[in-house]
Amino acid sequence: MNVRILLYQLKNSTMSVDMLIAQRHLTANKKQTLVAMLGVTFGIAMFILMISFMIGVNQFMEDTMLSSTPDIHIYNDIKTDYSVSIANDFFKDKDGIVIVHHPKPKQVTLNIKNADGIINDLKKNADIAYISPMVSTQVFYNYGSVQINGYINGVNILNESRLFDLAGKMTYGVPENLLTSDNGILMGQGLADKLNLSMGDMVTLATPTGTTMRCRVVGLFRIGISAIDNVRSYVNLAKGQQLLGKDKSYITDINMKLKDNNLAPVESAAMSKKYNYKAEDWQTANSSITASNLVRDVLTYVVSITLLVVAGFGIYNIMNMTINNKMKDIAILKAQGFSGKDIVQIFLSQSIFIGLFGALLGLTLGFFLSYALSRVPFPHNDFIALKFFPVIFRPSHYLFGLVFGVATTFIAGLMPSLKASKIDPVAILRG
Amino acid sequence: MSIALKVEQLNKHFHQPEDFHVLQDISFSVSKGEFVPVIGKSGCGKSTLLYLLSTLDTDYEGKIIINDALLTGRSQNDLAKFRNENIGFVFQFHFLLPEFTALENVMLPALKLGKYSKEEIAVHAMDKLRQLQMDGFAHKLSGKLSGGQQQRVAIARALINDPAIIMADEPTGNLDSVNTGIVFDIFKKLANEKGITILTVTHDLDFSKNADRVIEMVDGRIKQSD
Repeated sequence: MNVRILLYQLKNSTMSVDMLIAQRHLTANKKQTLVAMLGVTFGIAMFILMISFMIGVNQFMEDTMLSSTPDIHIYNDIKTDYSVSIANDFFKDKDGIVIVHHPKPKQVTLNIKNADGIINDLKKNADIAYISPMVSTQVFYNYGSVQINGYINGVNILNESRLFDLAGKMTYGVPENLLTSDNGILMGQGLADKLNLSMGDMVTLATPTGTTMRCRVVGLFRIGISAIDNVRSYVNLAKGQQLLGKDKSYITDINMKLKDNNLAPVESAAMSKKYNYKAEDWQTANSSITASNLVRDVLTYVVSITLLVVAGFGIYNIMNMTINNKMKDIAILKAQGFSGKDIVQIFLSQSIFIGLFGALLGLTLGFFLSYALSRVPFPHNDFIALKFFPVIFRPSHYLFGLVFGVATTFIAGLMPSLKASKIDPVAILRG
Repeated sequence: MSIALKVEQLNKHFHQPEDFHVLQDISFSVSKGEFVPVIGKSGCGKSTLLYLLSTLDTDYEGKIIINDALLTGRSQNDLAKFRNENIGFVFQFHFLLPEFTALENVMLPALKLGKYSKEEIAVHAMDKLRQLQMDGFAHKLSGKLSGGQQQRVAIARALINDPAIIMADEPTGNLDSVNTGIVFDIFKKLANEKGITILTVTHDLDFSKNADRVIEMVDGRIKQSD
């Protein structure tokens, strides 16, 4: 109905005679105009639906990934570079070639030296939103006579919670429970299920060095990645250091969140160089997910552009047909003094109109389809924290759809219009 | 009387399917307000001549001068503008735009010219339709009119920009004798009263009998009868 009102306004404003003719052609054959328009509409609607959904999926994957991966993770990586050996120094007086088979590292501590200094330095970096230092170690969770392998992270729970939004992922209790109990532990839901533990139960931990410790479960969380939920627990930083028998300056990892996580690769490279520890950005840590996101993006654009090109061919066909039907009209217009430029304008404006309104209609339809999809419940799954299908609404997608829709119809309309402008009126008028 | 149209040494060849010298050394002139039928047998080149004069066909040798303006060698866009302003067309098939009413069809060339406002053009167009006794059908879609009515609308359209010259190609070829008479009277009146030059290709002998002067063509040349 809006279209009709707009056409009415067009008719009553002072429009050029070319536009008047174009408008009359469009309205004289409403069915054909509508069919051409619907071709564009469905193309654009599908584009919007697909891209909203695909990018939604990507976003969900990224969010899940970022909920378990810090933007940048600084840690002390075990060096595997044995190209430098003291054997050469030791045997330097003797002739011959020295070969050392199976070199092994000397005893190393996996902590970050001068962690406090690094953290203080990081706090001056304006790009960093939050910093959370931690001690991390492998532990065994004792369940009767069975030992389950896992990890324990000693953290300042408030910082850690800010980094990973733990509060939103708790299934029981709150992260702050850790602060109020001396021997509290926050446990992954999957791990707790395996150990048959619930809130308030005691659990015994054993480190590889043989220390054991008893803790009380004060909270359960589910991040949505079973590889983490089945192995990870949190205790207080001091408790973690105590578990390893280390002092208060013993820090193994520094995690941080940036204000803009796209800066991570650049920042991490700088940190790596500055502090001489391994600094890993989230893209590197999750390169397989980043790659699959890229594949999905490419797929979306390929399919969408195919849809729009098909719609473009539809318009090309219809414009060609219209022009073939209007040969006589074109000839008479030319005889009366309409130039080739006028003829192009008459027919090109028709296809632009079809493209513009088809695209606007498509954006609207696409929005409603996307909205409907975003309200469809996702099949319930213990391991995926997803209630509805992930759909994202981003204005740039709508802008792209509009621009591409109009551009396609412009090109599809241009060729027949140019052909029309080259029609020789004499051949037609002579009959 | 001043000269409305002048042709000098006009030659035209058709190249397809084989070279054919269709117009040979045509020279003549027509004064303002003259009504000149062009007659001749099929294939003598009279329609070809008309389309050269109308500037739609530019593939020729020689000179065409209308209203003291040399048209030979001008660009297509220039010629389109010239046609819009100075030449009115009437064809055997009426070629009205079927999506438009009779009045709108008459208005279109004037809207293209853009000399007057839309309201003024509507008034002028109505005047022209009244001259041709078609004012009663002004708001009908042109496709709904009879052949004779359509031809009268087409003549009104040819007149809308007050052209110096009207060119017609078999304007009565598709009409019965009553309508042929009407069209003939209109042309005669336009030439005599309004001083419009009228050049029309025709087969109709009545048409040519009553004209001021007749150009008869034989095998691509003008027959020197008078």
